[in-house]
Amino acid sequence: MKTLTIAAGALATSLVCGAGAAHAQGKTITLCWAAWDPANALVELSKDFTAKAGVNMKFEFVPWPNFADRMLNELNSKGKLCDLIIGDSQWIGGSAENKHYVKLNDFFAKEGIKMDDFLPATVYAYSTWPKGSPNYYALPAMGDALGWTYRKDWFSRPELQAEFKQKYNRDLAPPKTWTELKQVAEFFQNRQIDGKTVYGAAIFTERGSEGITMGATAALYAWGLQYDDPKKPYAMAGFTNSKDAVEALEFYKSLYKCCTPPGYTNAYMQEGLDAFKSGQVAMQMNWFAFFPGLSKDEKVGGDKIGFFVNPAQKVEASTLGGQGISVVSYSPNQAEALAYIKWFAQPDVQKKWWSLGGYAVHKAVVEDPNFTKSAPFAADFLKAMGGVKDFWQEPAYAQLLLDMQKRVHDYVVADKGTAKEALDLLVKDWQKTFTEEGKI
Amino acid sequence: MRFAEKVATVTPAAPARRVRSLSDRTIAWLFIAPTIVLLLAINVFPLIWTVRLSFTNYRANRMNVPLRDVGLQHYNDILTSPDVWAAMQVTARFVIATILIQTVLGFALAWLVDKKFRGHGLWTTVILLPMMLSPAVVGNFWTFLYQPQIGLFNYVVSFFTGIPPSSFQMLGDLTLSPWAIVLVDTWMWTPYVMLICLAGLRSIPDYIYEAAEVDRASKWRQFWTITLPMAAPFIMLAVLFRAIENFKMFDMVNLLTGGGPGSTTEVASITLKREAFEKWRTGYSSAFAIILFVTVFGLANIYVKALNRLKQR
Repeated sequence: MKTLTIAAGALATSLVCGAGAAHAQGKTITLCWAAWDPANALVELSKDFTAKAGVNMKFEFVPWPNFADRMLNELNSKGKLCDLIIGDSQWIGGSAENKHYVKLNDFFAKEGIKMDDFLPATVYAYSTWPKGSPNYYALPAMGDALGWTYRKDWFSRPELQAEFKQKYNRDLAPPKTWTELKQVAEFFQNRQIDGKTVYGAAIFTERGSEGITMGATAALYAWGLQYDDPKKPYAMAGFTNSKDAVEALEFYKSLYKCCTPPGYTNAYMQEGLDAFKSGQVAMQMNWFAFFPGLSKDEKVGGDKIGFFVNPAQKVEASTLGGQGISVVSYSPNQAEALAYIKWFAQPDVQKKWWSLGGYAVHKAVVEDPNFTKSAPFAADFLKAMGGVKDFWQEPAYAQLLLDMQKRVHDYVVADKGTAKEALDLLVKDWQKTFTEEGKI
Repeated sequence: MRFAEKVATVTPAAPARRVRSLSDRTIAWLFIAPTIVLLLAINVFPLIWTVRLSFTNYRANRMNVPLRDVGLQHYNDILTSPDVWAAMQVTARFVIATILIQTVLGFALAWLVDKKFRGHGLWTTVILLPMMLSPAVVGNFWTFLYQPQIGLFNYVVSFFTGIPPSSFQMLGDLTLSPWAIVLVDTWMWTPYVMLICLAGLRSIPDYIYEAAEVDRASKWRQFWTITLPMAAPFIMLAVLFRAIENFKMFDMVNLLTGGGPGSTTEVASITLKREAFEKWRTGYSSAFAIILFVTVFGLANIYVKALNRLKQR
């Protein structure tokens, strides 16, 4: 073990030294990520790295529904496709324990990259394993959280304003609580606007990957969900299936039943975007990452769109998205990959990253006095990132996630059992998994 | 000297002598050896390896975790899991429904095509088209056809029934979604059943019908006493092929519903895929695969014995 530690230390040192003197003219490194709007911004940004370091960049972008499968297979098979990977926050535990990612502590220390320069929630979620420990396996690359968009132009119509005020005795405005959100959604459901039937809200209901879990946790977190006892890790009974959690899940189901478009049984990011862009829904749940694109959309962008942070209920909280950038242990180009991270961590690069549509979480960007005015959704993004909560980041996260997908989808979409039964079964599933993992 | 004899005298004899020194049995083994090696490598070894893994805690995404024997724990977990039994029930319902419908429709189509009406060749080709398509293509375009707001299927139903097209969802409704899959599978694979039944119908000699005509047997009686019994082995063969295929049905269900809504259409192979390649419980999924294999193999054997008995009659 000692020999292994020394060898690992020697390897890390050699990598760090290599990164410091990246004489890599003409070399090409591959960055792997999901295929979505921010990835295009990163391609644009990375041209500066190529110009500066002389390292060419290749990109492997995989559509979201296949992203986890494709990339985790690549890592598990010790593939050399990716030199750099922008992986989901939940992968950090497995990737650190299975040594898929290079540990970056020595590199950060040598290059003067300080984790204190990034938003604390993102460092905790995207970089550390074990959680909260000063062991870093990624640099926060893309902050993200679940937020909401709404049709500002519909909300501002005087006749709708008057009708809403008469019915609910308050202004038709972005909701502050989930109860208000449901009222607004009910108000718009099946309403005729410009000769077209519209619906209340597009929410996540997808079964296959992570959709319905990400959507339902937006409600569960707002009701104050704690997965386990803070004093006794992995003790989930009475926490995951608490009274408030049951109430939150029942509420999410009622929102799905009352106020979503027809056929909305398996919808995630793209279906939400389609529903909103085609003028089908008054509100849409989606990741902040899509908001720059929506803001510029010809049909629904500009003055027609508004944004709001995930509504509170008992507490203010948002589901965490986003990713950190890591160096893949099996890459033959680790020196160049580390040089990319060093370049990417610079405040100027981070500022440009934000200006191109990437969600930089460097304090030089988000603590700039003008940041909240730099985009119509910037203030909400900052607020959301102040109260994010993430799913389990354990090495067994995929199993934990699929269990939740099944239990929640069975209850919300397939009308199977009650919310209490669904969460009780989920606790049993998770207890079994953690027992297999040797954690309880 | 004839030309053939001349050629024989100039042809070198050495190689022929070498081959002649091998026994027929050795030569036969030499010919089949590559196939046997290939079969062992591709079929038998993975099967044995899967059996071995099914008794361990092995996970393909955690190579660094020490391998531990868990005995029959996975088999016990699977056979006592309500979720697995639910998936098996969904599979059984799907297999029974598709086979019943496809057999009746397939045989009816074969009987019609066998009548040799004008243009029957063209119609046979048209009927066979769906089974020539890739399941991935079929799954994708039926997903669009079933779309409640823009899909053609809902509009066709609406045209005939007057129900608003977006008032029902074939893939999202708990009652309709299993039938949506049955419909697509029937559309795609009924031609296959038809083809096998057609072979059965064409194998019945004409003189039997002629003898029946002489005995003044009605068409109805001819059908029940000649056509159906003589085509029965072919029908049973079609049922066997379709049952095996549909027991392990994956692609179509995955593309159409992904097992949803909830777990309404989660057939056994979808559960197996989730356990093996999403949860990475390789040992557990190996045990599940073995159970499915034994089930199919056992049922198919019983069926084949019944089929042989029927042929002997």
